[in-house]
Amino acid sequence: MQASTLTKTKQKTWGGGGVKPLDAAYGKLMMWFFIVSDALTFSGFLVAYGFSRFKNIDSWPIADEVFTHFPFLHGVDAPMYYVALMTFILIFSSVTMVLAVDAGHNNNKSRVAFYMLLTIIGGAVFVGSQAWEWKNFIKGEYGAVEIQNGDILQFYNLEDGKRIPIDEFYISSTQERITHDDNVGIWYQSEAQLPEITLNEVMAGFNNDQNLTVRLEKLDESGHKIILSRQEAEIKLASATRVVKGANLIRNEYGNPLFADFFFFITGFHGFHVFSGVILNIIVFINVLLGTYEKRGHYDMVEKVGLYWHFVDLVWVFVFTFFYLV
Amino acid sequence: MAEHKHKLEIFRGRLKFKSNVQKIWGVLIFLSIVTAVEVALGILKPPVLLNYFLGIKILNWIFIIMTIIKAYYITWDFMHVRDEKPFLKNTIVVPLLILIPFLLFILLWEGSYIFEIMFDGLKAWDFDIY
Repeated sequence: MQASTLTKTKQKTWGGGGVKPLDAAYGKLMMWFFIVSDALTFSGFLVAYGFSRFKNIDSWPIADEVFTHFPFLHGVDAPMYYVALMTFILIFSSVTMVLAVDAGHNNNKSRVAFYMLLTIIGGAVFVGSQAWEWKNFIKGEYGAVEIQNGDILQFYNLEDGKRIPIDEFYISSTQERITHDDNVGIWYQSEAQLPEITLNEVMAGFNNDQNLTVRLEKLDESGHKIILSRQEAEIKLASATRVVKGANLIRNEYGNPLFADFFFFITGFHGFHVFSGVILNIIVFINVLLGTYEKRGHYDMVEKVGLYWHFVDLVWVFVFTFFYLV
Repeated sequence: MAEHKHKLEIFRGRLKFKSNVQKIWGVLIFLSIVTAVEVALGILKPPVLLNYFLGIKILNWIFIIMTIIKAYYITWDFMHVRDEKPFLKNTIVVPLLILIPFLLFILLWEGSYIFEIMFDGLKAWDFDIY
């Protein structure tokens, strides 16, 4: 069995039998169909996000206040700069991909390999950046308190007119409290890890400093979060049930739980696309180095993977707009 | 596979490039400028643009339009749709052009309807204690 797939593909076009409807190669056409259906999937997600946002139009978290981190700049309020940089990285990796496709049309093996490598690096940097965004999002920065009706109250310092993190004003107590695990008592009852700062400690700190108040989830007419007076804040906080730090699928310190849910789901689904794109790029890169496409006589495979890669970039452009800008 | 013809002009023929590689860099520069403008607007948030137009802030309309412009250049120049047959172009674009606005209209309309119900309906939805 010496006949390899390489010689086979040379003799016979896989699928399509040499006929090219719409003047496009079979695989390319199929990639386009996949992209159209995937575009509809993503638009379904983004429209669902829009639905939830329109439903909670007067209390949706403000993205500028959530994504404020930039690597190596601690404590600097840098809204969106990093996401913009990520967008640029992805667009740039798209460019190197087109250059690889272009080099493929000229059957220039070394240039294809070089640009594919750059594309892979760009994709990897992007996935890493997204992981870092997730880490910041999950860890949280300020912390908040959830009250009985499920609303999130964020602490605000009236003195300097800024939000204040809970770990700056809480008064620590030396109360001993052991996490209830399911190996003691009833086997199906356990509780999640206790928060580092308890509600009592936060409340003690709040009562100690008369300059502190809270912000509601609700927005006023100009789109700012409503800041309560001290008296109103005390009434609201009377029904506080727990301290919320960071974000998970059930609750988050930024406000509406759906915000975090959609963030995890949409950016996660997109990140998975980027990840699989990087894997495909690596496979094609190895094949370029092995000379598979050179023997085949054309670099159509680079073009097909390129289409997928551009699509991932295209989706990010929309995610960027609807999650971070609008 | 030798003859790969590329259409080398963008902006309806106002800007012509000598080669495909040059066009790619040109499109990158254009996309970068658009992204930079978006970020600048997002940070400055000029008060004039915060007024509402058709239920959405003017600033957000600008973002959405710029996004669609970016999407156009990514698909047309990076994904080579510009060089495809018109029928293939339509096969790709028309379903999306029909289905996405349809979906958008239905869900956003429904979302704002539910907001109104929750906002000034007869039933209380907020079980906060006062």
